[in-house]
Amino acid sequence: MATLILEQTLNGLQFGLMLFLLAAGLTLVFGIMDLINLAHGSLYMIGAYLAAAVVQATGSFGLAVLAAVLGTAIIGMLLEVTLLRRLYVRDHLSQVLATFALLLICNEVVRLIFGSQPVMLNMPERLSGPVQLLPGFYYPAFRLAVIGAGLVVAVFLYLLVSRTRVGMWVRAGASNREMAGAMGVNVKVLFTAVFGVAAALCAVAGVMLGPLLAVQVGMGESILILAFVVIVIGGIGSIRGALVGAVLVGLVDTVGRAFLPMFLRSFLSAPVASGVGPALASIAIYVLMAAVLFWRPQGLFPARA
Amino acid sequence: MHRFLVAAGFALAFAWSAQAADQVKVGFVSTLSGPASAIGTDIRDGFNLALKMNGGKLGGLPAEVIITDDQQNPEMGRQIVDKYLKRDRVDFVTGIVFSNVLLAVAPAVFDNKTFLISANAGPSLLAGAKCSPWFFSVSWQNDGTPEAAGKYTSDKGFKKVFLLSPNYPAGKDMVAGFKRFYTGGIVDEVYPRLGQLDYSAELAQIRAAAPDAVFFFLPGGMGINFIKQFAAAGLGKQTTLITSAFSADEDIIPAVGEPMLGIYNTGFWNHDLDNVESRAFVGAFEKEYGRLPSGYAAQGYDAARAIDAAVREVKGKLDDTEAVRRALRANTFKSVRGPFKINHNGFPIQNYYLRVVERDAKGRITNRTLSTVLKDHPDAYAGECPLK
Repeated sequence: MATLILEQTLNGLQFGLMLFLLAAGLTLVFGIMDLINLAHGSLYMIGAYLAAAVVQATGSFGLAVLAAVLGTAIIGMLLEVTLLRRLYVRDHLSQVLATFALLLICNEVVRLIFGSQPVMLNMPERLSGPVQLLPGFYYPAFRLAVIGAGLVVAVFLYLLVSRTRVGMWVRAGASNREMAGAMGVNVKVLFTAVFGVAAALCAVAGVMLGPLLAVQVGMGESILILAFVVIVIGGIGSIRGALVGAVLVGLVDTVGRAFLPMFLRSFLSAPVASGVGPALASIAIYVLMAAVLFWRPQGLFPARA
Repeated sequence: MHRFLVAAGFALAFAWSAQAADQVKVGFVSTLSGPASAIGTDIRDGFNLALKMNGGKLGGLPAEVIITDDQQNPEMGRQIVDKYLKRDRVDFVTGIVFSNVLLAVAPAVFDNKTFLISANAGPSLLAGAKCSPWFFSVSWQNDGTPEAAGKYTSDKGFKKVFLLSPNYPAGKDMVAGFKRFYTGGIVDEVYPRLGQLDYSAELAQIRAAAPDAVFFFLPGGMGINFIKQFAAAGLGKQTTLITSAFSADEDIIPAVGEPMLGIYNTGFWNHDLDNVESRAFVGAFEKEYGRLPSGYAAQGYDAARAIDAAVREVKGKLDDTEAVRRALRANTFKSVRGPFKINHNGFPIQNYYLRVVERDAKGRITNRTLSTVLKDHPDAYAGECPLK
């Protein structure tokens, strides 16, 4: 039982850290540029597909990570310069419509290039087996690598945002964009750079989750919804909020899916428990979001005072 | 002017009704996007191949096939089928992949007195008391394939089995079918959400329960993920994976690769079956699409040929629905699966084979047929169907 709880906690942490990568980019873009970007999940999908293509061509996972991150960052920045820049002045509804159209276009373009069948992206050979963490307790090596990658990126983002000048500009832009512009921050270049970083983060998440989940058209949609839940819980514009929110969502979702059915079965009959359990587990995160919104509507760590 | 208009009206009416008898209209609705898109795409490709080999005709009449994606959504399926029935006035509706979509569209099709030829989904609800004279399946009834898996699991002596199946009608059917023929002990049964892609929670439960075999039904992308994650968790050493063809066919194998080797699964057909129709089909499919056909493609292929045989049998008089029904029931075409009869509830009576995933002579990872587990097997619900 103890190993089950430990394993589920690690699973929740792994899922949460990947959600953090997506949510961090999303919250920065929303917080600084005030842009609701529904195509964020598409960047995640593009990252996964680029990695799959490079692995198929060269066989090297490391090269695939590099290519995916750079490629998606470039694509993200191109999108920002050509299209998304025009949406900053518009209201949120127009942004939702435009980025939703972008999402659909991305799906169809990927389908044109790669087809509708899911493509193979397998984890590197050295990481494809389990690792013994405690006597009798094995955990997949790749999931540990994912947790590691997530933590590294989290630390890197923390250092970037709180210890560098660029990070200072980002934080200034998040709390008050007009004032930051008036104080001499080159807002246009900053925005493009922020979007590029957000796209790169999506790509890392895509490459890390690709071997675990299916790489297919539309893979970004389900995780995008969770990313929005995370930034609502964590607070718009706050990376710390995104981290806390993401780990919380990851843990609640995984632990809920694992233990709710078990818990229900202790006082309900087996067929009812197996019907109700999964349903309740899948809404657990939304119940969490509603609770946070009720108690603290601006989120747990709001960036704006 | 008035007479001219009346005359023109008559001419148009005659022209229109004459056209209706001169072609066969098929409404093809299937899942062509999302994690299960490979299934619908294979059914469509098999169907189109049969059509092409027939010169674009069904039963000697030019065929118009309208293809739409239901996006695995029952509401969407309803809307598409409503359009097919009311605006396009199709003669046959076919292609549906998911049982929940099929159950959503079936009442509309039956009320419209149109034939529904299922090229995949086979819910138990339509096999028993609620069977319909308008329903025919060229695939299987959901329970059949897992029944064969259950028999194999019992024969092999497994005593502690963990069951994993999604929480929707077909998922429940699969578990029911497995339990009907499996005589050993069941350690746990878990029903993840349909479309769930991360199985870390379920895998942890499997590890804690320590079964000697896991029977799972996870079609499409769900199966790809589960098998990859199962291999990554290192559970293969103490637990055998047993499944149906729905989680081990040509749509799953290319996306998973080596972790598939050694998985035993049951199905109604395999591309290495030794009969004339099957060999012709496999050869033509490989030539046309550059890949091996899955069971889904065979279902699509047989659906087209079933419609073709029925239309030919009634000599194009599709208005005589009783005759069409008799023709479909008699199924005068030779299926690629070998022995194939239609039961009085519209579902097939056929063999189910045991297959294993291994490398073939050309080094490809694919299924090899090992034996026949169930012979001339009808579905378990036919006795409750009141039709003759």
